[in-house]
Amino acid sequence: MRAVVTVIGKDAVGILAKVSTKCAEHNANVMEVTQSVLQELFAMIMLVDISKLSGDFASLADDLAALGDSMGLKIHTMHEDIFNCMHHI
Amino acid sequence: MLNTYDVLETIRMIQEECLDIRTITMGISLLDCIDADIDKACEKVYNKITEKAARLVEVGEQIEKEFGIPIINKRISVTPIAIVSAACHCSPVPFAKAMDRAAKAVGVNLIGGYSALVQKGFSAGDTELIESIPEALACTERVCSSVNVGSTKAGINLDACKLMGRIVRECAEKTVDHACFGAAKLVVFCNSVEDNPFMAGAYHGVGEPDCMINVGVSGPGVVRAALKKYPDADITQIADVIKKISYKITRVGQLVGVTASKRLGVPFGIVDLSLAPTPAVGDSVAHILEEIGLERCGTHGTTAALALLNDAVKKGGVMACSRIGGLSGAFIPVSEDAGMIDAAKAGTLSIEKLEAMTAVCSVGLDMIVIPGDTSADTIAAIIADEAAIGMVNTKTTAVRVIPAIGKKIGEELDWGGLFGCGPVMPVRKESPSKFIGRGGQIPAPLHSLKN
Repeated sequence: MRAVVTVIGKDAVGILAKVSTKCAEHNANVMEVTQSVLQELFAMIMLVDISKLSGDFASLADDLAALGDSMGLKIHTMHEDIFNCMHHI
Repeated sequence: MLNTYDVLETIRMIQEECLDIRTITMGISLLDCIDADIDKACEKVYNKITEKAARLVEVGEQIEKEFGIPIINKRISVTPIAIVSAACHCSPVPFAKAMDRAAKAVGVNLIGGYSALVQKGFSAGDTELIESIPEALACTERVCSSVNVGSTKAGINLDACKLMGRIVRECAEKTVDHACFGAAKLVVFCNSVEDNPFMAGAYHGVGEPDCMINVGVSGPGVVRAALKKYPDADITQIADVIKKISYKITRVGQLVGVTASKRLGVPFGIVDLSLAPTPAVGDSVAHILEEIGLERCGTHGTTAALALLNDAVKKGGVMACSRIGGLSGAFIPVSEDAGMIDAAKAGTLSIEKLEAMTAVCSVGLDMIVIPGDTSADTIAAIIADEAAIGMVNTKTTAVRVIPAIGKKIGEELDWGGLFGCGPVMPVRKESPSKFIGRGGQIPAPLHSLKN
């Protein structure tokens, strides 16, 4: 089971570090990362393994969203299936 | 790895364009709750609903969190109560109360199925149920009711139309303190469907399995945003854009339905391919029609644009899910759609135009506020007109009009939330009473000799 973590907002120092630390706290293994900075807008997409989470999915999603709020970023954590079903036949 | 553009598109659709799953509806058969003793029957009804749907809301919320997509409503539909209550030979209002208690116990916001199917005549239990609808809707909070008065196979039961004209009025009169809300929980159908997940017209047909999950999708805002990117496209391209975006919307419905069904251990029924608006800004079907190129919804061209929209939604959705059902099409409820409300207030959108629109889309005259002094026979005639469109065109049509008791043109009824608010719309004053009073059955239409 994998989830997609999307981080969108103004670029700043340490975004990747903080988000991956939070993932590690929940035992979510980061598998792939792509990121781009377009005119100061930071967009990062992480694919994380959620099959061995220490807690439940909701607490990971809530913690990441709260981390985003504290940094002025939008962080969405969603199961990868929603993207796969919508964009692949 | 997923494509960045795709990921961001999905997130934008949900965050900015109001993409949501409108409802997960659990259909529950109550056929095994029938008992001549009404108290025992009601207890069985309560127990079965609370047992089957115990985890519906919890699972719905879990899925919402995991996929990051809002699931606006979790609801329940049950076997038409007229069938369940027939053996009791008394007023079936206690069933409505049992349904209401069960809905509150499991946390669903509406429960449908306080219904009767009388397209060809009244059987035991039907008259008692229909007569009890005003009281049942006034003394409960979450119960919804529907009555099927016609079908392509059977024709239209004009006696039932007449009766329902009076019942709709009584529903409004009994709930006048709550903005006549009773009438907003009652739908009169022609060709009603057995697996409809949408309220207020949902019931669980007798041909359905014991329990199943149906899903209704939504997303007018997403369609409009997609069209905005093609200001100069010709109408064929417009249809293509709608198809593609509908595919994506419906795929999410399929995913949510399959996941819910697996977790609840209940078979997955259908996805209702619908564009269901809400009064929220950016979630309007009328605005899609305006984006296609109408100055305001309701003007000439609206029917053609809506026909294209409705058809393209189905074509896109069909391939996206395993089974399609319910009402499947674009909804045009006036009070629940910001663009429709504006068009009605401006006088561009009339009941006559809405009637024409219902011939090419799902479902019917929906959430329309009419003057408080509209006679029962006029409401019956509105029902008969709408049923005729459904009967002849082999489609579902429905009437959900709300007589605004004590109010006239220029005023409005406001329910807030998903039900929205609607201006009082004018109806014709001339009487159809003689026609309606004739009673009997309008024969089923001929569906051969098509040359």
